[in-house]
Amino acid sequence: MITKNTPILETRNVNKYFLEPVKFHVLKDVSLQLYRKEFVSIMGKSGCGKSTLLYILSTMDTEYEGELRIDGETMSHQSHDELARIRNEKIGFVFQFHYLLPEFTVLKNVMLPALKLGKESESTIKKNALQKLEILGIQDQAYKKASRISGGQKQRVSIARALINNPKIIMGDEPTGNLDSKNSRIVFDVLRELSTELDMAMLIVTHDHDFANKTDRIIEMEDGYILNNK
Amino acid sequence: MSNFLIILDISKTHLFAKKKQTAVAALGVTFGIGMFIIMMSFMTGLNELLDGLVLNRTPHVQIYNKIEPTVTQPIDRYLNAANQLNHIESVKPKSRLERIHNALPILSELKKNDKVKGATPQTTCKVFYRAGTNNLNGIINGIEVNEEVRLFNFKEYIVEGDVNSLIKKKNSILLGSGIAKNLSLRVGDKIQVSNTNGANFSLTIGGIYQSGLADVDDIQSYVNLKMAQQILGVGGNYISRIHVKLIDLEDAVPFSRVIENIYDVKAMDIKTANAQFDTGSDIRTLISYAVSITLLIVAGFGIYNILNMFIYEKMNDIAILKATGFTGTDVMLMFIVQALAIGIMGAALGLSLGYGVSVIIDNIPFNTEALPTIKTYPINYDPLFYLTGIVFALISTFLAGYLPARKARNIDPVEIIRGQ
Repeated sequence: MITKNTPILETRNVNKYFLEPVKFHVLKDVSLQLYRKEFVSIMGKSGCGKSTLLYILSTMDTEYEGELRIDGETMSHQSHDELARIRNEKIGFVFQFHYLLPEFTVLKNVMLPALKLGKESESTIKKNALQKLEILGIQDQAYKKASRISGGQKQRVSIARALINNPKIIMGDEPTGNLDSKNSRIVFDVLRELSTELDMAMLIVTHDHDFANKTDRIIEMEDGYILNNK
Repeated sequence: MSNFLIILDISKTHLFAKKKQTAVAALGVTFGIGMFIIMMSFMTGLNELLDGLVLNRTPHVQIYNKIEPTVTQPIDRYLNAANQLNHIESVKPKSRLERIHNALPILSELKKNDKVKGATPQTTCKVFYRAGTNNLNGIINGIEVNEEVRLFNFKEYIVEGDVNSLIKKKNSILLGSGIAKNLSLRVGDKIQVSNTNGANFSLTIGGIYQSGLADVDDIQSYVNLKMAQQILGVGGNYISRIHVKLIDLEDAVPFSRVIENIYDVKAMDIKTANAQFDTGSDIRTLISYAVSITLLIVAGFGIYNILNMFIYEKMNDIAILKATGFTGTDVMLMFIVQALAIGIMGAALGLSLGYGVSVIIDNIPFNTEALPTIKTYPINYDPLFYLTGIVFALISTFLAGYLPARKARNIDPVEIIRGQ
């Protein structure tokens, strides 16, 4: 178990309510820390609030009470545009259902967040994107349209896209939930390798016990509370 | 690569990925703009033709003597009308000469005026055209041909023969086409004309005059001014009307007031004489604008609809873009760019369509007896219509794109991702 002094991501007493159809307290005083290079999984039954928590942590959901700090910076009063920039730069996101832009090539899908960030030239970004695809073993699919590749390949492309800006944190919402065991294993191995080699923290919501047991730490949730921090 | 270039690039990919939808939306604009240009070109072309038919040859100010009752009756001058009520049964108009008093000095004064482009004298005489035992009622106008041609496009209405025959030969006549038809006469034939006193004159037909208005063509003919005076049996200073053409038509109303104040004549301005005509063309223009703008609005709704559907289909893409760091404004710009691209493509095609169809209409033969000088359908190629078309296309596509784009800006990615 690796611990560093300053957490890369930290929440203090986060509370979240759903207002419709009736007022419902989803997250109750959630406080957690994620440290650099840590590989953490969040587990819990359906409806326990783990996805909701992840969307708050990813800065996409801004309607909550409490404090969220990413890389020492507080997120609570940032504008939407500023949050988009932080997301772009510091967070890579992997969804359950691949979520690629179907009309663009695989390469373009990977390049887009970096183009948006605009820190490097297009040719450098292209080189980096091809390199990320190579890490995930799918560089041969680079010029295919995203709608033309298999599900497992799509998920690996979306990981490559999450990596393109060398973010501090990678978040996944059941990234293996839709994959067979072989592809699941590939995805896990890739994430594991990245966290140690590229200095990225992983925060993965999963239902898969085998997957969770291989991570550094499991955060277990029930009814909006964090049960334990094993 | 700047932010806007990325947005352009994404927009381009979206548009090309949905070629069919893009084309349908663009064709909606094309059709709207094309029809707008065709309608406006054709309608205003027709308006100009009809205006020209009447206005080109209508003098801006007509000067003549009008027979009307005296405004102040002699009794009112003798017994003050303010103190008592004078009542006269069956007031008769004052007897006046038909000719304009001091016409020649008035004419030369008018010609010197800065506002006047030209003024022509006319002498009108009532005649009978004689054909065997039949006498047809008619009117012969004595004119100065050169000035009439210069000022009132007189030449355009001579459908056969030569307008200059009036100058070459004193007893030449330009016969109304209706009369020529009724009496079976052709250019070069002789026609007998008698004046109201019964004196006969033999005239040679030098040309056929056709105005397109049957009422005029059935009774009116033209001869040299001197010839008309001879038919009437009067001197060279007998002039019954003066037609004035001004440099600016808008001066007609005040100018006619001035003439009436200075000289003892009646001056009728073109606005009063053709009031119903102006109204007619205004309303025709209004109708064509209304129809065209309706077409453009329908096209705008088409774009709105397609973009709305487009955004609905692209919910996932919008969520991904937002999740990976694109801002709401970026997403909004993307859809506005797409709407404008559709608008520009559609407008460009629409302008070509409008111009092409206008050229085709312009070349369709259009022969009608009423309009002797017109050979094809009239088209007005005013660049203003094309400009209006483009501007309207861009504004309407921008608005049609802006509303759905604003919706896209406000889409919450979490809701979309959750919904899966």
